Amino acid sequence: MKFKTVTSIGLLVAFALMLSQTGEANTAEQKGFDIAARSDRTDIGFGESEVELQMILRNAAGQESRRELRISTLEKPDESVGDKSLVLFDTPRDIEGTALLSHAKILDPDDQWLYLPALKRVKRISSSNKSGPFVGSEFAFEDFTAIELNKFDYQYIGTDACGELQCDVLERLPRYENSGYTKQVAWVDQVHFQIRKVEFYDRRGDLLKVLDLKDYRQYDNGVWRPHLMSMSNVQTNKQTDLIYSDYNFEAKLGEDDFVKGRLSRLR
Amino acid sequence: MRTTRLLLLALLLPALVANADEASWDLGANVEMQSRFFTQDARWPGQESQAGQISLAATVELRWRNADDDQRASIIPYLRWDAEDEERSLLDLREAYWAWEAESFELLVGANTVFWGVTESVHLVDVLNQTDAVADIDGEDKLGQPMVNLAMQRDWGLLNFYVMPYFRERTFAGTDGRFRTPLPVDTDRPQYESSAKEKHVDLALRYSHYVGDVDIGLSLFSGTSREPRLLPDADGTALLPYYDQINQFGVDLQYTRDAWLWKLESIVRDGYDDTFIAAVGGFEYTLYQVGESTADVGLLLEYQYDGRGEFEPLTIADNDVFAGARLALNDTQDTAVLAGVGYDVDTNEMFVNVEAERRLGEDYVLELRARAFSGARQDNPTYTLSRDDYLQLQLSRYF
Repeated sequence: MKFKTVTSIGLLVAFALMLSQTGEANTAEQKGFDIAARSDRTDIGFGESEVELQMILRNAAGQESRRELRISTLEKPDESVGDKSLVLFDTPRDIEGTALLSHAKILDPDDQWLYLPALKRVKRISSSNKSGPFVGSEFAFEDFTAIELNKFDYQYIGTDACGELQCDVLERLPRYENSGYTKQVAWVDQVHFQIRKVEFYDRRGDLLKVLDLKDYRQYDNGVWRPHLMSMSNVQTNKQTDLIYSDYNFEAKLGEDDFVKGRLSRLR
Repeated sequence: MRTTRLLLLALLLPALVANADEASWDLGANVEMQSRFFTQDARWPGQESQAGQISLAATVELRWRNADDDQRASIIPYLRWDAEDEERSLLDLREAYWAWEAESFELLVGANTVFWGVTESVHLVDVLNQTDAVADIDGEDKLGQPMVNLAMQRDWGLLNFYVMPYFRERTFAGTDGRFRTPLPVDTDRPQYESSAKEKHVDLALRYSHYVGDVDIGLSLFSGTSREPRLLPDADGTALLPYYDQINQFGVDLQYTRDAWLWKLESIVRDGYDDTFIAAVGGFEYTLYQVGESTADVGLLLEYQYDGRGEFEPLTIADNDVFAGARLALNDTQDTAVLAGVGYDVDTNEMFVNVEAERRLGEDYVLELRARAFSGARQDNPTYTLSRDDYLQLQLSRYF
């Protein structure tokens, strides 16, 4: 869960900006990385978060189905280590209580455990299925977990208008194995450094999906979060919306809340 | 009825602690209608009326959490009514507990269901809960087990201690039910090795953790065996379940690498007559997004060994190979199909199992199961079931 972001620009970011402006490291790769890093680092220090969300799946005929879930995240500030997250399903009722625990890695496969409430069973699962659909939605597993800075190589493309803002546009090339994408193109605004839009290109190099990140709100800790994420599959005309409630950054979560032994005691 | 006592206890517990201001409650329920169609006439006298079998089941789930989020309680009564076989009708408390959490430990008091293990075809290590054998012959349905459970989470893993003061008997089909032995099992006359009978206090300990790609579980159980021996009574009209005292050490391991899950479960049991080893091991390999679709196909292969002597409770998984495939469409309806074959290397007996399920709309789930036995001669363990091939349709409504 890392379409996150933030507010304050640290010294490091200022330094990165300076570099890119003076042309010292002004290759397209470096500039792309710097913009991505500046965006990623607006999110540093959020600590932990809890959020409820509604997932609305729409097929090409416009038929809808819904899921309600809760996501808890524990930040690992070190950029060489991924965050820990826990996804708990409330609806549909037949899968209520199903939970997915992930310990994200940067380039190695994540550690993942699935909890199946009907059998009360905790099952370690393969995380090599990065490009598969997440619970029947247009989001792939990697769309939820992969936005760690060092999971990609970057390439600066240029600037483009994004709504009322101006955006830097960069290519993200997955460095990890089993990605379903050859590349992604991300729009990052130049004011708050938040990701506004992402295009996903499939293994053939064709445009597959477009993600719009909207309704950004800034929290007291300075962190920005989008509260509506719409993923549209341009090849199938299916769409998935994620509608987020307010984030709770005061949840006092610790390492013990993200261990597999916890999964059978969530409800 | 002993379940009534449990129910009362369970109803009292949350009431005692439900004084918090912003406690959260969660109520859910589901109702299942199940029909079975048998493809052959029944083999044993008394089963004549059973060409089909219709049953209804209802589960209510009530959960509570206090405002401080350090206490929780759960009550899950389960009621099943079978139109033909009264032995299959049942009221159970799958869960009825109160739990209190502090720092890195949790104390749980009441009835609960616990699963241990990693394999798919046999669950050797999983011994805490009694099997609701009459619910389904796959043994996946369990009865709530009264317990005091202390869980301790540390950096080096999770330790669970269990004290179980009350034993739950296994369910068996009645005289007019399918899936039974030639002589029906008389569940009204259970026999125990322990003079404390069902009040023998069973103990268990489990450690579980993971190191990198390897998940490990170690478990110890000492108490009344959940598996009974079945012995004829004095006048030879019924089989009586004999519940022995056993000690069992179990280990379960899973190695997860790319799309491979390698699994092993093994036990050493000091049983009724001898001490024996049993093991089941194999793999699950998943092909993701086959043919550029969103569907996954999982391939399962497991080998089952059991070295128990002839006087121990009967098992069919003694020298058997299980092969299966799981198809998950990953659609919005979570459509999934599991098909598998168990094959006994010694006797050539085969068991075929197909399970398919799909959500209909938001609140209904339709399940189809087909099961067939073949190859059993008269002295083989599955011979008694060899005319019980069936097709099962189940519709569940969730609230």
